[in-house]
Amino acid sequence: MTGARIGADVGGTFTDIVIEGADGRLHSTKVLTTHDAPERGILEGITQAAGDAGIDLADVTQVIHGTTLATNALIERRGAATALVTTEGFRDVIETRTESRFEQYDLNIVLPTPLVERHDRLVVSERLNARGEELIPFDEPGAQAVIEEIATRGYEAVAVGFLHSYRNPRHEQRFRELLAARLPDVAVSISSEVSPQMREYERFNTVCANAYIQPLMASYLIRLRDQLRDRGVTCPLHLIHSGGGLIDVDTAVAFPVRLVESGPAGGAIFAADLGRRYGRDRVLSYDMGGTTAKICLIDDFTPQTTTTFEVDRTARFKKGSGMAISIPVIDMIEIGAGGGSIARVDRLGQIRIGPRSAGSEPGPAAYDRGGSEPTVTDANVELGRLHPDTFGAADITLSPERARDAVAHTIGAPLGMDAHVAAAGVTEVVDENMANAARVHAVENGKDLAGYSMIAFGGAAPLHAARLIDKLALTELIVPPGAGVGSAIGFLRAPFSYEAVRSFYTTTEKFDVEGANTVLTELAEEAQAFVSAGTDAETTVLRQVAMRYKGQGWEIPVTIDAAPFDELAAEGLANAFTKAYVEFFGRAIDDVVIEAVSWSVRVASITATPESIELTTTHAGEAAPTGTRSIYDPTLGVDVESGIVQRATLRPGDLVSGPAVVVEPQTTTVLASHHQAVAQADGSLLITRETDR
Amino acid sequence: MSNQELHRQVMWNRLISVVEEQAVTLVRTAFSTSVREAGDLSAGVFDRSGRMIAQAVTGTPGHVNTMAAAVPHFINDIGPERIYPGDVYVTNDPWKGTGHLHDITVTTPVFRRDELVGFFASTAHVVDIGGRGFGPDAGEVYEEGVRIPILKWAERGTLNDDLVAIIRSNVREADQVVGDVHGLAACNETGRRRLLTMMDEFDLTDLDDLAEFVFDRTHRATLDVLSEVPSGTYRNEMQVDGYDTPLTLAVSLTVDDRGMHADFTGTSPASAFGINVPITYAQAYFTYGMLVALAPELPNNFASLAPFTVSAPPGVILNATHPQPVAVRHVIGHFVTDLCLGAIAQALPDVVPAEGAGALWNFQASARSAATDNPQPPVEILMFNSGGTGARPTLDGLSATAFPSGVRTMSVEATEQVGPIIVWRKELRPDSGGAGRQRGGLGQVIEVGPADGYQFEFAAMFDRVDNPARGREGGEQGAPGRVELDDGTPFPTKGKQTVPADRRLVMHLPGGGGFGDPDERDPEADEHDRRQGYVT
Repeated sequence: MTGARIGADVGGTFTDIVIEGADGRLHSTKVLTTHDAPERGILEGITQAAGDAGIDLADVTQVIHGTTLATNALIERRGAATALVTTEGFRDVIETRTESRFEQYDLNIVLPTPLVERHDRLVVSERLNARGEELIPFDEPGAQAVIEEIATRGYEAVAVGFLHSYRNPRHEQRFRELLAARLPDVAVSISSEVSPQMREYERFNTVCANAYIQPLMASYLIRLRDQLRDRGVTCPLHLIHSGGGLIDVDTAVAFPVRLVESGPAGGAIFAADLGRRYGRDRVLSYDMGGTTAKICLIDDFTPQTTTTFEVDRTARFKKGSGMAISIPVIDMIEIGAGGGSIARVDRLGQIRIGPRSAGSEPGPAAYDRGGSEPTVTDANVELGRLHPDTFGAADITLSPERARDAVAHTIGAPLGMDAHVAAAGVTEVVDENMANAARVHAVENGKDLAGYSMIAFGGAAPLHAARLIDKLALTELIVPPGAGVGSAIGFLRAPFSYEAVRSFYTTTEKFDVEGANTVLTELAEEAQAFVSAGTDAETTVLRQVAMRYKGQGWEIPVTIDAAPFDELAAEGLANAFTKAYVEFFGRAIDDVVIEAVSWSVRVASITATPESIELTTTHAGEAAPTGTRSIYDPTLGVDVESGIVQRATLRPGDLVSGPAVVVEPQTTTVLASHHQAVAQADGSLLITRETDR
Repeated sequence: MSNQELHRQVMWNRLISVVEEQAVTLVRTAFSTSVREAGDLSAGVFDRSGRMIAQAVTGTPGHVNTMAAAVPHFINDIGPERIYPGDVYVTNDPWKGTGHLHDITVTTPVFRRDELVGFFASTAHVVDIGGRGFGPDAGEVYEEGVRIPILKWAERGTLNDDLVAIIRSNVREADQVVGDVHGLAACNETGRRRLLTMMDEFDLTDLDDLAEFVFDRTHRATLDVLSEVPSGTYRNEMQVDGYDTPLTLAVSLTVDDRGMHADFTGTSPASAFGINVPITYAQAYFTYGMLVALAPELPNNFASLAPFTVSAPPGVILNATHPQPVAVRHVIGHFVTDLCLGAIAQALPDVVPAEGAGALWNFQASARSAATDNPQPPVEILMFNSGGTGARPTLDGLSATAFPSGVRTMSVEATEQVGPIIVWRKELRPDSGGAGRQRGGLGQVIEVGPADGYQFEFAAMFDRVDNPARGREGGEQGAPGRVELDDGTPFPTKGKQTVPADRRLVMHLPGGGGFGDPDERDPEADEHDRRQGYVT
């Protein structure tokens, strides 16, 4: 593709715009997000960035957009008046959820209000069994009565979710036909299209979410497309989806739920692309901002994905406290640990961090905007890692006194520590929390972190990353350039892709050859159609099946080499599963039947292989610090005089020996005494550590 | 000095993370439904004298202190002089473990530079343990399955093949059961390696100092919590349906500034059926109830659990003695939490909720071929179902939500994939929450029938049919449970029976009790209840 390309990431606070010129150079700008009409901020940013780069908007060949708008509409409940039509007898599936409490030790937990309340859930008599066969026929007169009720009550959107529709969509399709005939202007989503996966709670919730945000997202996307055209941007507009690929506007309008979590997906693609450039096939991406940290495992340049996740985990990021959504999504763990996360001392005298955050208003105490509770940022100020002279944000003057007072008062006083030690405690605890979360995440996925390279981005990550590789015993850390707009850059690296997933149950004992072949063929056709809508590039196809031993509750994805299946396929699948199981858990179990539960086909366009960059620790000479300041070194437990190095002045091959800070407008990279950084050809920093400390 | 404090805090966090990793691995590899859906497992790290330093937060309170109590038994029974590097120990003794034979506990010693520094232990519910199978029908524990005394599963790294062979030949799903024991040993091994890495990183030669730090901090916080409860003795009694005859559960709770003691004198004698509760399990649900009410922040460890003690005359249903049958001890054990909360409510009226449905309404059936000419193999089916929880002092109860159990229900679609069962209805039961200023949680109505060509043999164990959940502070009782066939025939709520091929079973699960005077209910809340159809 020639010509300029634009990545636009609309976040909660900032809209990031990145333009990649035909020469491959990147130009970026940040503007404030315009919440009432996000397209305004995008257009402003694009105009500004293109002007700076000297690029004519008519020469832009592609705009790629990712947004938190879909996520926010769900969290803030700003969607359409929505009805759910479901199988008689199952009206309360999205309310009773898993019948469990997400927090075992809280008598006063409040479960999330369902997206569609009970009054708005209507039922039709019909029923399929687990093989998709009709037990009760679809009740046409009953359906007509429900449609009249929908008309009377004036719903703007309708979600349809019937039991076992992932095996047989006909009843859902029939309801949609009847509804469209009577109420053509009402947006309708059916669960067998939005998320044909077994498990009614997740599927119904997902179809409700899709219906709920559809009117809002459709009008936004169409406005954006039209306004871009008005400005002379006549090229296609594409959307990044939660699985980390691109889709066209029509697909996004039909399935807006696939846009949820698309911004963070950009960060993972950014890291995956860097991994490919650097030849690192085991990458731990680490993104830390103001309120949370996100960690993703990236093996073989592909971010790990999953098929279910939760939006809006309200209570302390606890599993089960959010809204379950089942769509293909990049698998990230999110921890309530950001620069603004608030520190406190609990009843046991233990320092605790987050999940409450001071956000950007009032912000950390050091911002001197009325915040008085100590945050991670305040601890970093007290320890000398952040300093008023080198803090990037132009409109904020850091107040070390406020930071110190907050830390001393809330943490130091109850523990009998001075502010400095208390601040060291805050950063150690937050680093430990992140390291522990990364370890548990790896264990959950059957991985061992040894041999992984960390790629750190986001405003707060480089402050903590070097300490994290100590704690995780990783050998290297890469802090790329442009880390402040990583997601938007990631958008430019994404392939067109679509993953179609469907539940279909069979076992290796009585393998349904024909059924499996039909499912895989239909999934491939579906995925290919979505990709073909955006590009005519060549594609790769990845087929996977989620398998488990009968009786287990957790499936392992097994990649299918050959398709279609023949009579011998079951044995091949069993062997592939056994091999994968051993990789995860160290041993196989004989004589237990293996079940295949869910099938997926991912079609992706082949993107140009990025230019490879050889990372090296050899260096030409030591970078000259522009000054020094005293900074706490957690491994030594004392303050050490540390060099201050301007990142902008570094040339490839320059060495920075710790203790040091490398400063730039959007972030600060902290090196302890045993760390060293070498500037690389592409401007990234390769950080290694002496392991004997 | 202060840096030492920081190191200890960090190490304490790290230990908790290590036991979480241990537990996560178990959940993913275990075969039994109750591990997966109910979090019926546990993992912990112990000091060299067997005191628990940290425990993973898992789904069910049944392991709250049963696990903490188990490791000293291991040390005692194996004998300190016979503990070697590379050893792994195992037991499923109901009175030394978690109250029934289906839970297997594995303990692994940790040595560093040839010195014993501590232990890892883990417990999981296995799919089968032999005997009559999982149910209340045994007359003695001997009939409930194979009982493994505390033995070496491995010695100095060598597997005890004789023990493995004995277990294999006594259980129905040998591969899964033995696989689960290997899984328990493997997760302990993960913990062992992580601990040694941590000890290297912090240059520790033993855990004694860290354990003392954890215990000291926790002990002080626990006493601090107890000091907020007015000293005194608080009594409560609760009637429950029981299995064959109604039961009285009684507690006399004595609180002072050093601890809380629950005495269950006055409780009915043990049953002839396997619903009896070893006292260690009653202690778990008592302790859980007190911690959740008083101190959710306190972690489970030796120091936080030690102040919570229990006693009961031997042979009452909350202190079953060998060889009384105990397989389904949770049916009665789960009521201990509401029983003890009801007592402490007299001291803490603004904290304690009304009574809830309490025991789960598990649907456990064996689907058998109805046709005699072409019989299909029987299929075991298990569904976890919950009624309503009691209203809280400032909040309504939770509808169709487990308490005190941490169980999750399974998807109907997944259940129907696994067994020949059709769930025809599973939705909230209007008007079942007890009225009050805060309303009790709603129960639910579940209608199930066998798929074509099958009938059910079905063991009913449904409580709160004759004894509904009581309200508190003027709140009304929740609706009692009810069971019938779809033609209206009443159906016994206890015991083994058959659901014929062409009939459906209809279960009306009990609601939670209300809290406070119903006349004081916020009219808006009332209006909302009516609009949503929670109240008709």
